[in-house]
Amino acid sequence: MNKVKHSFVRRDKVTALRRVLMVLLFGILALAFCSIFIASQGFNPVEVYAKMFKSAFGSWKLGWAKSIQTGVPLMMCGLAVSIAFKMNLNNIGAEGQFAMGAIAAAGVALFWNLPGFLQIPVMIIVSILAGCAWALIAALLKAFWNINETIVTLMLNYVALLYLDYLCYGPWKNTTSLGLPYSNDIPETAVLPSIFGGISSSFILAIVMAVIMYLFFKYTTTGFQVSVIKNGPASARYAGINVRRNILVVLGISGALAGLTGSLQVSGVIYHLQPNIPQGAGYTGIVIAYLSKFNPLIVVLVAIFFGGLEKGAYAVQTMGVPSQLATMIRGAILIFVLASEFFTEYRLKSSKSALKEKEA
Amino acid sequence: MGELVLEMRGVTKTFPGVIANDNVNLELYAGEIHALLGENGAGKSTLMNCLTGIYKPDAGEIYHKGKPIVINSPKHAVDIGVGMVHQHFRLIPPLSVAENIMLTSGKCPLVLKTDEINDAIRACSKEFNLELSPEAKVWQLSVGEQQRVEIVKLLYRGAEILILDEPSAVLTPQESVEMFKTLRMMADSGKAVVFISHKMNEVMDNSDRITVLRGGKSIATVTRDKFDKDELTIMMVGHNLERKADRAKAALNEVLLEVDNLSAINDRGFRGLKHVSFKLHKGEILGIAGVAGNGQRLLAEAVTGLRPAEEGKILYKKKDVTKWSIKQRKEAGMSFVPEDRLHMGLVPSLNLMDNLILKEYYYDKYSKKGILNKAAIRKDAEECVERYNIKNAGVEYPVRLMSGGNQQKLLVAREVKSGPDLLVVAYPVRGLDIGAINAIHEIMDEERKRGAAIIMISEDLDEVFEMSDNVSVLFDGYMSEPVPVDQITRKEIGALMAGEGLGETSIAELKEDLEIREANKKKEED
Repeated sequence: MNKVKHSFVRRDKVTALRRVLMVLLFGILALAFCSIFIASQGFNPVEVYAKMFKSAFGSWKLGWAKSIQTGVPLMMCGLAVSIAFKMNLNNIGAEGQFAMGAIAAAGVALFWNLPGFLQIPVMIIVSILAGCAWALIAALLKAFWNINETIVTLMLNYVALLYLDYLCYGPWKNTTSLGLPYSNDIPETAVLPSIFGGISSSFILAIVMAVIMYLFFKYTTTGFQVSVIKNGPASARYAGINVRRNILVVLGISGALAGLTGSLQVSGVIYHLQPNIPQGAGYTGIVIAYLSKFNPLIVVLVAIFFGGLEKGAYAVQTMGVPSQLATMIRGAILIFVLASEFFTEYRLKSSKSALKEKEA
Repeated sequence: MGELVLEMRGVTKTFPGVIANDNVNLELYAGEIHALLGENGAGKSTLMNCLTGIYKPDAGEIYHKGKPIVINSPKHAVDIGVGMVHQHFRLIPPLSVAENIMLTSGKCPLVLKTDEINDAIRACSKEFNLELSPEAKVWQLSVGEQQRVEIVKLLYRGAEILILDEPSAVLTPQESVEMFKTLRMMADSGKAVVFISHKMNEVMDNSDRITVLRGGKSIATVTRDKFDKDELTIMMVGHNLERKADRAKAALNEVLLEVDNLSAINDRGFRGLKHVSFKLHKGEILGIAGVAGNGQRLLAEAVTGLRPAEEGKILYKKKDVTKWSIKQRKEAGMSFVPEDRLHMGLVPSLNLMDNLILKEYYYDKYSKKGILNKAAIRKDAEECVERYNIKNAGVEYPVRLMSGGNQQKLLVAREVKSGPDLLVVAYPVRGLDIGAINAIHEIMDEERKRGAAIIMISEDLDEVFEMSDNVSVLFDGYMSEPVPVDQITRKEIGALMAGEGLGETSIAELKEDLEIREANKKKEED
């Protein structure tokens, strides 16, 4: 007579193995989900996935190297977004900070006649300052008037991207080619060297940043303050921690990382300024940050995977599959993996088994 | 008395480190008003939360009209006719009364027929003489009216068993009388009414039967007219504890803290602490009794620097510290154990080491040039755990995994380990088991002997009498003159706690209050 009712109860302990398995399982489910759409367009999903994988990770020079290269800006933006989220701040503006960094770096390379050995360091510093300044607009508004940083950073993206467009179509437009909206190419001395057969050395810089960020949160007093502010805002007030200062520091660093990405992209991959240089990396960075649970070392791995995804999606274009496939898979994986968290943390329990437990 | 509608047999509910309910029995009959009497922390609310499906008992059975039942969820509780008015109302301020009632009624059609609903609510409230306007927005209502909304909410969805958690706590005396009249009408119409209380008078005046809880156990269920107050009091509080011998001599020591005409504004923009003045000596424990919410939090926060003083002065070690920041005061030797130990005192998701350095992370012993010295922190944490006997799974585990008692031990240990001169503790043993209570009291005693001055805010008279040198009472923001503990009786304190003899808010002050609030509002708008 007793109807069995089901309820979810929280697991007492979640092992690392369960976490990894759940993420993999739900990642595969996401691919299965996307295969419905692939099949509906008349393609064989297995073939499509196989080709994507082969092109992304099938060889070193044309596979891995390119995937990593594509992954570097995603990695940097993922780190930038993560550091802000570590204090529950939403930096949706990595895209715009990226663009400002790119503009600053390209400006230095194109219009400032520096000695060759100084060019790259100055580009890097200026791009960091530009990204940082762009983020500080939102940070100041947040710190002093508690204005929602999500909206401000998002809106500033449009300003930055349109300014980039303006420069590319207008004053900085190149003097040589066929009227394409590009700037002139940067001088040879402003180009980052390649390593490992084809990856720009920006990859090394990104890894260094990830490690620094990891150590920053683990070993510095500022990192400590940030985790207190995130996990217990009332406790932070009680401990006399200066929340305002930390908002400025954290959003400033976040913007600096995104700005740096701009310089790396200009001097490592594209070699000139062009519209939409970030190509959505700032937004993909948000997805990566969430999937990595804001752990900088995992950001590196996820970003490389996403780089491969993009590379693979371009490759399957030859089969006639639109490259937007990458965007779809990314979205599906995010949703499925976020959903998996629920099943990682909770388990299903029926009222019948609850009664049984009681009798036992 | 009517039918036996609900029965709890041997209900036990434990939380980590605390047995909230221990083998409790309770019977509820239709048509009765049943009082659950007990001190703070006796397990009254937990027991009722087991009935409303918020908690699930670890052991014991619940019978509904004679049939065993497992209450799975609050929704399930509503389905069988159990409804509860919580101490903190579950209302949505921007919505209207009718909308609030609708929301939980389960009768929420896609298109609202507002007129019909309003009429139904009016009829429902009229039946029990509960004056309510369904169109009014909840935020515009007084607390008493909001409580009426909560009651009508239960009636509207057909509750047969109504539970009220300390219903009179938020009401004026006149409102209380009205409220109990309503409860009587509901009982007369065949509902079972339960109210939780620790006030002897209202229990004696308004209930048919009384179940006394103490330390999580049901001591007895009695019929009201067969027992008198004194017998019930002894059931409720147990026997008097012995008073320590060396109390009330601290007044001879040097003055450490002098508070002069201190007032402070509470979170709602009212003056919640009013013209408080007192002196505190080295090696003195000043016990501040009073029902929670009478300015205790403001006093503690104003003294330790979390809240600005609206007027008045704080002299500490002969210096005016009124404008000092929290950090400055901490560095000058003030410590604070706040009442909200899990949201202010500790950060539950951080580990024991992190919590231990919460206020001192920038001290030289823990960090140099912004880099934390993890080895030193770990060593200190392990010493502290050992010294104060804090049980834990390891210093690198989040403190939320620790029991309430050990969390509090950690918090108190952190606050005293630097050897403070002034320690402010708010409700230091609330909700703890006896072992933890003794440990905390021992630490406080040691600190007192070392020469620290302690302000101890408490609502537990046993604690106040056992620990304090001098005693004072906060009521409605006013504080009574501290008196040596051996020159005052429980009865006198009880009278002060109920507001007898302490300043009542004069009309002039009310006006001043309103002005302050207006000024604050303007400030916020700008």
